[in-house]
Amino acid sequence: MAITVRTFEKLGDAASAVMSDRGARFLAGGTLVMRAINEGDVAITTIVRTSDPALTQIRTAGARIELGAGVTMAQILANRDLAFLHPAARIVGGPAVRNMATVGGNLFAHAPYGDFTAALLALGATVSVSGGYSASDTPLDEFLSARDRGGTRGLVASVTLARPAAPDAFRFRKVSRVKPKGIAVLSIAALLPVAGGRIAGARVAYNGLSPAPMRARGVERALEGRSLDEAGIAPAIAACAEGISPSDDAIASAWYRREILPVHLKRLLLGQA
Amino acid sequence: MSKTAVQFRHNGSDVAVFVDGGANLLMTLREGLGDTAPKYGCGQGTCGVCTVLIDGEPHLSCLTLAETVAGRSVETADGLKNGPDLHPLQDAFMDHFAAQCGFCTPGMLMAAKALLDRNPQPTREEVVEAISGNICRCTGYEPIINAILAAAGTRGARRA
Repeated sequence: MAITVRTFEKLGDAASAVMSDRGARFLAGGTLVMRAINEGDVAITTIVRTSDPALTQIRTAGARIELGAGVTMAQILANRDLAFLHPAARIVGGPAVRNMATVGGNLFAHAPYGDFTAALLALGATVSVSGGYSASDTPLDEFLSARDRGGTRGLVASVTLARPAAPDAFRFRKVSRVKPKGIAVLSIAALLPVAGGRIAGARVAYNGLSPAPMRARGVERALEGRSLDEAGIAPAIAACAEGISPSDDAIASAWYRREILPVHLKRLLLGQA
Repeated sequence: MSKTAVQFRHNGSDVAVFVDGGANLLMTLREGLGDTAPKYGCGQGTCGVCTVLIDGEPHLSCLTLAETVAGRSVETADGLKNGPDLHPLQDAFMDHFAAQCGFCTPGMLMAAKALLDRNPQPTREEVVEAISGNICRCTGYEPIINAILAAAGTRGARRA
């Protein structure tokens, strides 16, 4: 069945079109929607697009960084102000995928994809959603919960996050069996602010260990006030499996994911390769 | 359901083709224009055999909505040759036995072309990264990497 394609100049109009048509899907880079169409998803009857330039803008002036939902991974890699995000953007597919895959799309890429979202979660990102005539900002963890309940209404306009205070305060690791690029067995992102040699306000996120990217709150609590050395991180490593619910799939078993999580978390926290 | 006319540049020539709503670029190239160089592999963005260059940058044509290339330039492996003369990458792939079944070759060539157009003297690591989204099930990748490095050397020699 042929699909109707509707293109709007303004994001708000595109959001209204998506919200008023149950068969409509918003197309940004195409890596999710076109894939679903290729697989024969007959629920998609309308593709909605927008040429709104705001969707592809990157604003890095000031302490807060705003990424338009249509910003691609390649755009992030081309921006020197976003160097701290490069490790998380570089592991998204090969060059062709990175020219297409968008920040907004990654928020809807279910495991084993969506590793970039784990990075955003650790960075404390908020999501701006355009609901046609209104807009709202939502913390990313709340947004992901709503996503999995099917409660997301409107279109993601942008993602906003704070720049890490120090270049090495943000760390990211994707574990995959195929080199140099493969689907993630799991990924870990950590924002590790240090004050007086001690961690203060750590945010740690996992992908691939639960249905959606999740905060590792046990690790965060255990890191508070500790130093990033072998003894200091020991309680965090012991708490690393709190709240996870990994699955068996073609990439790895749940057992394997549980076994390697402390190994890779330790390497990440100690800054080891 | 009505079709939509899409005009774009295809391997240096202006073309117009009518597409169904939701049609992807790969099928538009293959069935609408008869350019069967880009192949249909996974349809999911995993294998890279459908890689084409859009405005000089690699994209997966199976995941590209055909209408989005209106007014843009699309290059495929079919446009690499110049009359009877093969592109240096194609010569190098032959010389280094970089194709066995050949199914991945059009995508590999375009991924490699995107790299060499931007970075004429890549390192081995950069070549590996450039083709990291393209799967080959025959060669084990080494001949392909060697061919791309050799083509880079050839291009460099020709400039000198």
